[in-house]
Amino acid sequence: MTEQLKVDMIACDGHGVCAELVPELIGLDEWGYPVLANAPVPRELRKHARKAVTLCPKLALSLSNR
Amino acid sequence: MSAPQQRYDGRPRLLSRQAASIAEHMRAVGPLPKSVVPQLIDLVTASGLRGRGGGWFPSGRKMASVFGRDNRYVVVNGMEGEPASGKDKLLLRLAPHLVLDGAELAALAVGADRITVAVHRGTGLAGHVLSAIADRVAAGWGEVEIDVSEPPSRYVSSESTAVAGFVGGGEARPKADSARVSGVDGRPTLVSNVETFAHIALIARYGPNWFRQAGTADAPGTALFTVSGAVRNPGVYELPVGVSGETILRVANGCREPISALLVGGYGGAWIPPTQLHRPFSPEGLAPLGASLGAGIVVALPARTCGLFETVRVASWMAAQTANQCGPCFKGLPAIADDFAMIARDCSRAAYERLRFRLGVVNGRGACAHPDGVVKFVDSALKTFALDIRRHLSGQPCPGGPRVLPIPELPAESEDWR
Ligand code: SF4
Ligand code: SF4
Repeated sequence: MTEQLKVDMIACDGHGVCAELVPELIGLDEWGYPVLANAPVPRELRKHARKAVTLCPKLALSLSNR
Repeated sequence: MSAPQQRYDGRPRLLSRQAASIAEHMRAVGPLPKSVVPQLIDLVTASGLRGRGGGWFPSGRKMASVFGRDNRYVVVNGMEGEPASGKDKLLLRLAPHLVLDGAELAALAVGADRITVAVHRGTGLAGHVLSAIADRVAAGWGEVEIDVSEPPSRYVSSESTAVAGFVGGGEARPKADSARVSGVDGRPTLVSNVETFAHIALIARYGPNWFRQAGTADAPGTALFTVSGAVRNPGVYELPVGVSGETILRVANGCREPISALLVGGYGGAWIPPTQLHRPFSPEGLAPLGASLGAGIVVALPARTCGLFETVRVASWMAAQTANQCGPCFKGLPAIADDFAMIARDCSRAAYERLRFRLGVVNGRGACAHPDGVVKFVDSALKTFALDIRRHLSGQPCPGGPRVLPIPELPAESEDWR
């Protein structure tokens, strides 16, 4: 089972907390909105990715199984 | 498919069955074929019909995905938000009962007890459709309850999730969830285009093999094309999917002056060069060009009109049509439109480099496909007008020429999204 990060762009307000928590998987565009890696979350980053999901103030971030 | 296929006779199917009253409609196509309802989803699937609103999604599959759920609803999308399109308005005026038949049959097939027809505000279409509905009721024709709704006239309000949201009493802004899962009032909703339902009404009567006589194997049937720009007879024409661009222009009585490009699909579509007119105009035929048939829009750009300035006008208007929900859309689209304006007007090479980068950043990052449409449109301009771009960047902008593409006024702020 692999997990991938997803963002609900309508909910996201672009403060970029997530990019600070997992810079390996989330970058920010010039306006501060997250650009997600289009790849499964590697095992060693799972904990960080989950933390980003929990700490997103808008609950905009999720991990989806695919 | 064993029996030898009959060939398409070349006659329009939708536009030849014009009937304003239910009595005329009855004479043209006979009664509502309710007996086929249990097989309708299979028939539509076998016909290969794909949605004519712009997405070309297989209609049978869409119906089937709504069928399996509880408490279903049907929305006839007559919003036709593309400014250069006129086919849905025309079809609703000329053959409202064909559209409503398709909607009723689809509703019965997926098990929906309610239909809403959504049309643009201020077009007078709502009254027209309401009187057609009254006509049906008086004639004891249909059995599903139908009403009419008028979402605000904004580009992204034509999007299926936005229409469904509005019909359910909310705002006409796109949403993250598909209408098939959570549409009107959270009910699973079949949202399809006006023309799509009209085809369904005919497939139910004449069958999938008849439908497949026209069009391509991948995209069977006829389609309505709205042709405008430098052609002698602008208008809506019904042609088999897959005819060449040359044929489309010829049917509109040819071009009255030299052209430099064709806009295909709409403002979320693409420019293609006149050297590609031999291609089949079907989703598959246009895909190699990064173009799609979209809502069947074809605009011939006169050579004396600057394609770059036309692109700026459209890109700016499209940027202003954002639903203001997703950052990459409401921040990114104005930035892209400004970059393009700086290329066309100020001959800015820096803007050119920035634009190419931003197109890649913005693509695919909205909750709906609005930003992707703008990216596709602008990207196609960079390719199709590559020579003009080079000229502008070398400090030789052109005078601009006459404007061609229609730019509707933005709705008043006060109109809001409700
Ligand atoms: S933390 Fe949440 S709201 Fe903030 S940028 Fe990331 S996804 Fe958006
Ligand atoms: S991408 Fe743009 S138009 Fe689509 S939902 Fe987001 S803000 Fe609205």
